Amino acid sequence: MQQVFKKPAALKDVQTHFCPGCHHGTIHRLVAEALDEFGLQEKTIGVASVGCSVFLYHYFDIDVVEAPHGRAPAVATGVKRAKPESFVFTYQGDGDLAAIGTAEIIHAANRGEDITVIFVNNTTYGMTGGQMAPTTLLGQKTSTSPYGRRSEKEGFPIRVTEMLAGLDGVAFAARTSVDSPKNLMDAKRQIKKAFQYQVEGKGFSFVEVLSACPTNWGMNAVAANERVGSEMCEYFKLGVFKDTASL
Amino acid sequence: MGAIEAGCRYYFGYPITPQNDIPEFMSREMPGLNGEFIQAESEIAAINMVMGAAATGARAMTSSSGPGISLKLEAISYMAGMELPCLIVNISRSGPGLGGIDASQGDYFQAVKGGGHGGYHMVVIAPASIQEMYDMTMHAFDLAEIYRTPVMILGDSVVGQMKEPLIPHRRPKTEFPAKDWALRGTGGGEQRVVKSLFLGDGELEAHNWKLHAKYQQLQEKEARWEEYETSDATLIVTGFGSAARIAKSAVMMAREEGLKVGLLRPITLFPFPVQAFASLTARCKKVLDIELNTGQMVEDVRLSVARDAEVHFYGRPSGTGSLPTPEELLEQIRRYL
Ligand SMILES: Cc1ncc(C[n+]2csc(CCOP(=O)(O)OP(=O)(O)O)c2C)c(N)n1
Ligand code: SF4
Ligand SMILES: [Mg+2]
Repeated sequence: MQQVFKKPAALKDVQTHFCPGCHHGTIHRLVAEALDEFGLQEKTIGVASVGCSVFLYHYFDIDVVEAPHGRAPAVATGVKRAKPESFVFTYQGDGDLAAIGTAEIIHAANRGEDITVIFVNNTTYGMTGGQMAPTTLLGQKTSTSPYGRRSEKEGFPIRVTEMLAGLDGVAFAARTSVDSPKNLMDAKRQIKKAFQYQVEGKGFSFVEVLSACPTNWGMNAVAANERVGSEMCEYFKLGVFKDTASL
Repeated sequence: MGAIEAGCRYYFGYPITPQNDIPEFMSREMPGLNGEFIQAESEIAAINMVMGAAATGARAMTSSSGPGISLKLEAISYMAGMELPCLIVNISRSGPGLGGIDASQGDYFQAVKGGGHGGYHMVVIAPASIQEMYDMTMHAFDLAEIYRTPVMILGDSVVGQMKEPLIPHRRPKTEFPAKDWALRGTGGGEQRVVKSLFLGDGELEAHNWKLHAKYQQLQEKEARWEEYETSDATLIVTGFGSAARIAKSAVMMAREEGLKVGLLRPITLFPFPVQAFASLTARCKKVLDIELNTGQMVEDVRLSVARDAEVHFYGRPSGTGSLPTPEELLEQIRRYL
């Protein structure tokens, strides 16, 4: 009998600490599959960020450096410049990348660093207990926006992918989701495309993945998954916003 | 120049006076050496780039001054925890806040007492001449690699912008421990992880004891200092960096007058040359510490001297026009002799 579904080699055979219904595990899997398919596992240096995904090295069987909160793109820049033959990716949450790390992501992108960024947007600070993030939707209640996010006081949810796509240094930028089999397949395709850019030395590539945080949204796994497909996809439009190779 | 001779090929920085000569020099030199120079978007980004390069085992450095060093402290704490070697040069300015750009020694506490969080040390070296700046920069990279620790060179605009003769030389050959921790992509081998998060039962305590043992070893083996005319001295003048240069002139003037005065100049501020102070003050009972601040290193001097030695302090927190003259220091020497 042929085995049709197996664990990617780039992932270790361990149980994750993620909450039930959390998409981090799914996204880990997509990234690992893409590493496998390009045969990159042995030359990859991953950069973990501070958030629920900090334990990247517990799950991926690759070399990893753990960056301070928000600084993963700068750390990845140092890694790639010192070891240009390695494959370097960061894996960052929305608090990490779109709040404290705004300067680092914009400038790494603008320099066109030859790295890939996986950006996991769950509209909240998962690890610290569900506070408001720059990506929190208007009206969304979080532990620090108990009345719902108001644009007059807290501004608007940031569309990071569109913002980065406007920079000349960016080679590839896409927003994806893993809420449905169709979207999941597409997310995998975009992650592979992003990796392809780096493999070919074509510059900075970026994939945003919309993601559920059932725990901090106060929802069950099914409802949280539905929210990603409805509310989130409505504001954060899926698509490829920059693909320089196809120009 | 010392950094390049030491094999450093990765420089990341952000402009701030009075250290702009360093990034400007590096931006000229690195391309020709197959190295990398990045003018980062901030001091925070610069030190984190250093972290990334250092994690691959490369010799990397950054430089800055007061406000910029404050921004780097989070990452310096990380690197101390991750046990990553690197060099940070602080050509300090006067403070607090935006302060001024004159020579100052207001950053002693920040450098020596672990300005960042969590209770760590880095090696801190305070050169007092251009030659020493060059030699100690090479030494700094070696210490960083041997002990797997960030090292800071603490200077100021007097030492930083001085024009003095320099004799360049090759780096002495040193044996270094294998970098079996450096990231390279597994290449089919064991996974390597460079991190500072330790959540397992007892893991972080064990890590802290390991760091502590390293600091003790540094204390035993790597303290450096200069002694000048100390053998028959009845008063020991001390100070570091540019303050020690002015103090040395004052000591020379005192000797010309036949006064029995000597100089003990710590070259490493961490590890502090406790040994030197303890042995000198077992015999000579008076110490005069001179600093360009209101009293920082003096705390370590007090902890290091023998029990019944007196420690006096003379300081000028600097700003424009506040550098003490040798004559002014000679006055102080006479006062306490
Ligand atoms: C300098 C600093 N500030 C704050 C924190 C606390 N902190 C840890 S994780 C986090 C937010 C993580 O949110 P996100 O990046 O969205 O990741 P998620 O957990 O949602 O995947 C914060 C604020 C920290 N570790 N360091
Ligand atoms: S808190 Fe949210 S992001 Fe973190 S593991 Fe749980 S569901 Fe996932
Ligand atoms: Mg988040």
